[in-house]
Amino acid sequence: MNSPACSTTGKIAAAAVVWLAIFGAPAFAAPPDVASCSSCHGADGMGNMSAGFPALAGLPAPYLEAQLANFRTGMRANPIMGGIAAHLTTAQILSISAYYAALPVPQKPEPAPLPHGPGAALALDGDWNHTPAGVPPCGSCHGPFGLGVGETFPRLAGQPQAYIAAQLADWQTGRRKGGPLGLMGHVGGKLTAAQIDAVAAYYAALSPNPPRLPKPGASE
Amino acid sequence: MRPLSYLAIFAALGVFCALASSGRAQEKPDAQKLPFTPPPMTAMPGGAFGDAVKHGENIFRHTTIYASSAIGNKLNCSNCHLGGGTLANSGPLWAAYTAYPAYRAKNQEVNDYVMRLQDCFRFSENGKMLPADSPIIVAVEAYSYWLATGAPTGAALAGRGYPKLPAPPAPPDYARGAAVFKTQCALCHGADGAGQYTRGETVFPALWGKESYNWGAGMSNLNVLAAFAKANMPLGGVGMLSVQQAWDVAQYIDSHERPQDPRFTGSTAETRREFHDTKFSMYGATVNGIVLGAPHP
Repeated sequence: MNSPACSTTGKIAAAAVVWLAIFGAPAFAAPPDVASCSSCHGADGMGNMSAGFPALAGLPAPYLEAQLANFRTGMRANPIMGGIAAHLTTAQILSISAYYAALPVPQKPEPAPLPHGPGAALALDGDWNHTPAGVPPCGSCHGPFGLGVGETFPRLAGQPQAYIAAQLADWQTGRRKGGPLGLMGHVGGKLTAAQIDAVAAYYAALSPNPPRLPKPGASE
Repeated sequence: MRPLSYLAIFAALGVFCALASSGRAQEKPDAQKLPFTPPPMTAMPGGAFGDAVKHGENIFRHTTIYASSAIGNKLNCSNCHLGGGTLANSGPLWAAYTAYPAYRAKNQEVNDYVMRLQDCFRFSENGKMLPADSPIIVAVEAYSYWLATGAPTGAALAGRGYPKLPAPPAPPDYARGAAVFKTQCALCHGADGAGQYTRGETVFPALWGKESYNWGAGMSNLNVLAAFAKANMPLGGVGMLSVQQAWDVAQYIDSHERPQDPRFTGSTAETRREFHDTKFSMYGATVNGIVLGAPHP
C-alpha cells in the first residue's frame, strides 16, 4: 500500500469522499457549467416544487439540448433561462444536457389512490370534442403515468404544478414555440384555463419514478 | 335469384366497398347519416354487467396488459380505434356494434358482431382464434353494446369506420411515402416502424415488423391505412397530411414485412390469389428485393 500509485489513489479517494460529503454524489461528476443550474434545479436535479422550477434529472439529453437551444434563440421566451442560455456554447449545452440526463431519479411509489377527476380524464382520455381535431390524451405521447417516451417526449410526472401550467399557457400564447411537428402548439391552444389547472395538478401528483407501474385503467 | 347470383352481387359489392369492414353504410352521403354520441364514461353502469363493460374497456385500451394471452403483437385495440373506441371516424365501436350481423366480402359469409371481434384478435392483434364465449370477447362485446346505447340498428351512422378517402391525384409512391414517414411519423413510431414503449407498455404502436398487425388485417390494405391516417394522424396535428401524402405513406408502411396471414396456404402467390387479390394489398409484391408475405427460413 506504500507504492506511489497506491498513495495517489488513496488521496484521490479521500478527496472524493470529502467532495461527496460536501456536494452529494451527483456533483462529483458535474461539469463546472452546472453550478448555476443547480441553484434553481437542485443539486440532485430534481427541481424545486414550491418555486415551480422543473426537475431535469433523467430527462432525455436530446430534449434538454433542444430546450437550451430554444431558450438561446427565444423560441422559448423566458427572461431567466434566456439570459443564462445566451452565454452557453454548444459544447456546454451538450455537456449540461448529458449530465442531467444521466442523473438518477429517486424512486417513489405512486400515490394511492391515484388522482382522479378532470385532470386525470384529460390525461388518460383526452378531450376529443374540438373541431376539426380534438385533444388527444396527454398520456398518448407522454407515456403511462406521465413517465415520458423515448428521446423526444419529456416526463411530466412529479414536475411542479406551476411549471406544467405555465408551459401550457406559454404554448397557448406563443411564448413557447417549436417542438417536434409543432404538436404542443396544436394541443395547448385548445385547452381551457380549468383544463390546464386540472391536468397540471394531476401530473404534479404522480411519482417521477415509481418502483412499479400500477395496472392502468384498474378502477374495478 | 339463385344463391350463386347473390354471391356474385355481394362479391361485386365487396369490391366496391373496398374497406370490407365498413360495409354498406359508407355509400350514403354524410348528410344522410345519423349523428350519434356514445354515453360518457362516467355513465358506465355498476353491477355485474358494469364490471364486464369496464373489463371490456380495459381490454380495449390496454390490450397488451389485459388480454396478453390472446394476442401475438404489442398493439392495443385503441391504437387504431382512438378514444377507446368512442371517436367518430376512428372505427368507433358504437357504429360497428349496430352494423352487424352483416355480409363481409372478407370471408364471404354473414358475420355477427362476435365473429367480427374474433377477426380483430386473429388479424389486427395477430392473436388466437378466440372462442365466441371467451371472457375477452364477451367483455369487449359488452363494452361495445354499452357504447351503442340508444343507437339504432341498421341505420347509417355518421363517423363509422374511417372516412373513405378520395383516390390520390397520382398513384401512391413508395419513395414519396418514405419521405412523409421520415418527417411526420418516425418521431413517434420510430424510423424502423417498431413503435415506442415505456417500461414495456405500448405508447406508439409498431407499424410493421413482428409486433404489428399481420397480413390478414384490414390495415394491411392501403385504402384502409390511408383513410385512417388522413383522418387521425398525426395525433394532435390532424390535417397535416394531404390526401396524396396519406396514400403515399400507406404505400410505404404496407410495403414492409409483418406477421404472416394466418390463412396462409403454404404459397404466397396462392394466398394472394385467394385473400389479397386487390390493388390495395401489397401482399406477394416484391419490394426492395423482398417478396412481402413470403415465409422466412
